Amino acid sequence: MQLGDGQTTYGLQIQPRMGFFTDTSVCIGCKACEVACKEWNLVPEDGLVWSGNSYDNTGELSANTWRHVAFIEQQTNDGMRWLMSSDVCKHCTHAGCLDVCPTGAITRTEFGTVVIQDDVCNGCGYCVTACPFGVISKREIDGDGGMHKCTLCYDRIEDGLEPACAKACPTKSIQFGPLHELLERAHGRLDDLHEAGVDDARLYGANEGDGVGGMGSVFLLLDEPEVYGLPPDPVDPTRNLGTIWGAAGAAAALLAAGVVFAFAGGGND
Amino acid sequence: MTESRLSYYGKPIIKEPVWKTEIPKYFFTGGLAGASATLSAASRAAGNEPLARRALYVAAAGVTMSPYFLIKDLGRPMRFYNMMRVFKVTSPMSVGTWIVAAEGTSTGIAAACELFGVLPRIRTATQVVSGLLGPAMASYTGALVADSVVPAWHESRRELPLLFASSSAAAAGGLAAALTPVAAARPGRRLGLLGGLAELVTQKVMERRMGELVAEPYKKGEGARYRKAAEAATVSGVGLMLLAGRTRTGAAAAGALLAAGSWCTRFAVYHAGKTSAADPRYTSIPQRERAAERGQPAVTR
Repeated sequence: MQLGDGQTTYGLQIQPRMGFFTDTSVCIGCKACEVACKEWNLVPEDGLVWSGNSYDNTGELSANTWRHVAFIEQQTNDGMRWLMSSDVCKHCTHAGCLDVCPTGAITRTEFGTVVIQDDVCNGCGYCVTACPFGVISKREIDGDGGMHKCTLCYDRIEDGLEPACAKACPTKSIQFGPLHELLERAHGRLDDLHEAGVDDARLYGANEGDGVGGMGSVFLLLDEPEVYGLPPDPVDPTRNLGTIWGAAGAAAALLAAGVVFAFAGGGND
Repeated sequence: MTESRLSYYGKPIIKEPVWKTEIPKYFFTGGLAGASATLSAASRAAGNEPLARRALYVAAAGVTMSPYFLIKDLGRPMRFYNMMRVFKVTSPMSVGTWIVAAEGTSTGIAAACELFGVLPRIRTATQVVSGLLGPAMASYTGALVADSVVPAWHESRRELPLLFASSSAAAAGGLAAALTPVAAARPGRRLGLLGGLAELVTQKVMERRMGELVAEPYKKGEGARYRKAAEAATVSGVGLMLLAGRTRTGAAAAGALLAAGSWCTRFAVYHAGKTSAADPRYTSIPQRERAAERGQPAVTR
């Protein structure tokens, strides 16, 4: 199993890469994960509103919502079905947010997870534009101004505890553990569901060959990713950084050549 | 069996950039400063003192305003100096921070020496540094926005740095021509013309290569308004510079138009990016097509 970028630098302190397996086929939409996350991580209240979108009243992942339960109502041939899914930061192997952070506030932990150090973040917002999943945003409450997201309960897992959301989940829809074990479990569950005739079942984020090098949060979904608000082909933009720096170098050289050209001929016409 | 939607309740898949309009203002002032610094250094080398002096003052004004916009846009402005604790090539903003710091310092010192007529050697040395860094200062911001998941920015990653560099050249050349006596202003006029033409061409090529859907934010909404204004200002700036650039009034009007075009180009890119992130179609549809070609790498069935 692939280590997260930078995890290798921990030497003897290195830990197995930890992650989440969110099996949406057993999610009952209780939102205990949302509540437990908010309470443990002291994530502030950001408005108590009715969205009108089924039972979803948090809407999306953000600086103030680190677990978000999606509710999708679908017409089927024989009535309707209700999809529920608890979304969270993907703790990518190649994390765009971490790559572009200009202060070093975003780091890779010894568990291979991606964490924003709040006391370093200066609120530049670059990470927000680099996340293919729209996980990170700016906290505008009480003049905070910083960027926030799921830490995979870094403080809890350092002490051998499981993250608050996984602890609170009553159906084991949210499972926590070493990523390689979770991947085995996810594949097993996928096989079971396929055998039981649930052809819609699929894993999301379980492939190292995807655009972020595999995710630390793996999901079992029952429909296309975009139905849950997940990108169908997420790519860490920094993958194309060679092209980008190449284009910038060429542009700078052309500008310099243009200035030289402006002086060519010398005379005053 | 089920209807398939492009996103969850039509909500965006990626987050809209949190950057406010300070950022396009910075792109303009920083780019103007970079290209002016290089124009000034080249004028000095060519022995064109009147042009060298004016372009240097424009560059100094640019490097003075740019950090103000950059720091003002931060969520925690008092911690701007945390940018200086690392240097990361994977972050164009980090690389840019050091470019801005070096460009600002060298241009500032050179302009102060010029203004007070002191320390000619230090002036020359700092002006060489400032002139060499100028093109990097004018181009890196294109790389900065390109290194993002915003479709209108990432899908134009090959063209954005050149668009920003040529836009900077148009503004720097135009303003230098506007401020310098006609007899000494020829290189300014030429740089303004060249930059303006390159800006117009690059914008067109960029939109064509992005494809119809991804380029849509340049064709409707706020991005389109600025894009049209940019084109109108740059086209008339180029035309006026050609026809009347050898008169002081003509050069002043043409220079102002070229600078206005450059300003609007940056705002067009900024707004196109915001629109492109806010509407899930620009993320979902191209990714779906790409995923189909690549065998859905994120999904295991």
